[in-house]
Amino acid sequence: MKVLGLDTSTTMGAVGIVEDDTLIAEMRTNISLTHSERLMEHIDTLLKSARLTLDDIGGFAVSIGPGSFTGLRIGLAAVKAMAYASGKPVAAVNSLDALADNLPYCRHQIAPVLDARKKMVYCAIYKAVDTSRRTVLPPTVITPDKLADIIEEPTVFVGEGAYVYRDLLGERLCCQAFFAPKAYGYPSGAAVAFRGLKEITAGNTSDPMTLVPFYIRKSDAEEK
Amino acid sequence: MYILGIETSCDETAAAVVKDGAVVLSNVVSSQIELHRKWGGIVPEIASRAHMENIMPVLHEALSASGKRLSDMGAIAVTVGPGLIGALLVGVSAAKALAYSAHIPLVGVNHIEGHMGAALLEAPDISMPFVMLVVSGGHTHLYYVRGFRDYEKLGQTRDDAAGEAYDKVAKLMGLPYPGGPVIDRIAGEYVSAPVNGVPKFPRAYLEAGSLDFSFSGLKTAVLNYVRGRDMSDETVGLVCREFQDAAVEVLVKKSVQAMRNKDAGILVAAGGVASNSALRSALLDASRENDFRLVIPRPGFCTDNAAMVAASGYRLFKLGAASGLDLNPQANLPMEKMKAGG
Repeated sequence: MKVLGLDTSTTMGAVGIVEDDTLIAEMRTNISLTHSERLMEHIDTLLKSARLTLDDIGGFAVSIGPGSFTGLRIGLAAVKAMAYASGKPVAAVNSLDALADNLPYCRHQIAPVLDARKKMVYCAIYKAVDTSRRTVLPPTVITPDKLADIIEEPTVFVGEGAYVYRDLLGERLCCQAFFAPKAYGYPSGAAVAFRGLKEITAGNTSDPMTLVPFYIRKSDAEEK
Repeated sequence: MYILGIETSCDETAAAVVKDGAVVLSNVVSSQIELHRKWGGIVPEIASRAHMENIMPVLHEALSASGKRLSDMGAIAVTVGPGLIGALLVGVSAAKALAYSAHIPLVGVNHIEGHMGAALLEAPDISMPFVMLVVSGGHTHLYYVRGFRDYEKLGQTRDDAAGEAYDKVAKLMGLPYPGGPVIDRIAGEYVSAPVNGVPKFPRAYLEAGSLDFSFSGLKTAVLNYVRGRDMSDETVGLVCREFQDAAVEVLVKKSVQAMRNKDAGILVAAGGVASNSALRSALLDASRENDFRLVIPRPGFCTDNAAMVAASGYRLFKLGAASGLDLNPQANLPMEKMKAGG
């Protein structure tokens, strides 16, 4: 089954198509256009480049967050509507899970970090165990200082948020902090699609009627 | 031809199916009024989240209730602005994905064009040109409509929108959000009561001949009267009446002036505040006195809905308007700036 995956949780707009363990096509842009302007054009371009149509897609995978509220809503609204129109299944993928996939077989634990604004970060900590991953810290929103408090062993940070707080994390954790190259710091559409494919195969699909972003945070009005 | 309309510009998630721009087969509106009431106004992020929860159920209900399938639609019409950007994005993103999936043309519709569509649903026979008064929580405009995408702005509010003034005045008297229907109802109970010391509030006509509006002075006058005063039910009722009298008088007189300036025969009143009973009856009186035809949509079509978007979308589609996959909503999108081709 071919799965179309997309991620709009950061400034990077990512779409990918996978089938079984094969990456068929992928596209990412990090430009000043909004996700709203880019997303459907990217999907169309990707499908055409791969000589496919939406009818060839057997399921959808979407990053549900954490990340930019507006970005997530654009991605989810699109996937929900495509799943509704086609009757094809949709799988929800955590954006931090997908982001950590950029660093496979890492000996150290991985901390994907996105900037959550207001001096906080969305982050998680994962550790490779055999062929799978153990969750040390489930996705959460905390201050970078608190994140540093939690870390007691060498950790590879990945994501744009890690770069925003690179100085702070580096100072606090000294030689235990490693930073993945900046270009690795965005989820890929293929990673989301591979994760989604796995979920769909296992029967873990989401209802496009009710699927909403994983905001973690409440709205500012409700936080006060 | 069937048009699927989608509207998410503010605090209503709405979808509708309309046949040939005139026959409403379904018109589903999911209001968020209760969600926003405790904040005394619309909180954009809360609105955006609610749209996300409601958009697919509302779309599904609109299609099911119409008895038609998505593939039966000749086009999808969606509101692209003006409005809350986070809210607009939910509707536009879903509309684009539906259109792409089902190979259906897409038409972006200005929210004010949508309100105009409500008048076309009400009176399909009316012909352009006409003068249009648009009054809602976000807009107070007078337009001269020569045709679709040929709009001349005659005037607009320089500060608060009419509906916004209603909300603010209600809030400062401790009345619930939204203020329009509440003030309208209470004012109605005091329509012929003696003034009992409550003053006439100022009418802002601005400089001679201006068709612009201003409601902030009126709001401030109410505030100055209410501040520190022990407000009995009667005083609240009389203030509601006097406030409404002042607001309605200016809206009607400026509309009549616009009709004269343009020597127009039809006045269209649209937008949420056009459901206000005092405004409706004052406009009706004015139309009789000045011998012009008045078209006001029924109250359910005045407030935000998607049938009105579909009605305008149908006509725009017939005129060749079409939007691409990069269609992007805009928070500020003056109706007169809409491009003829879409």
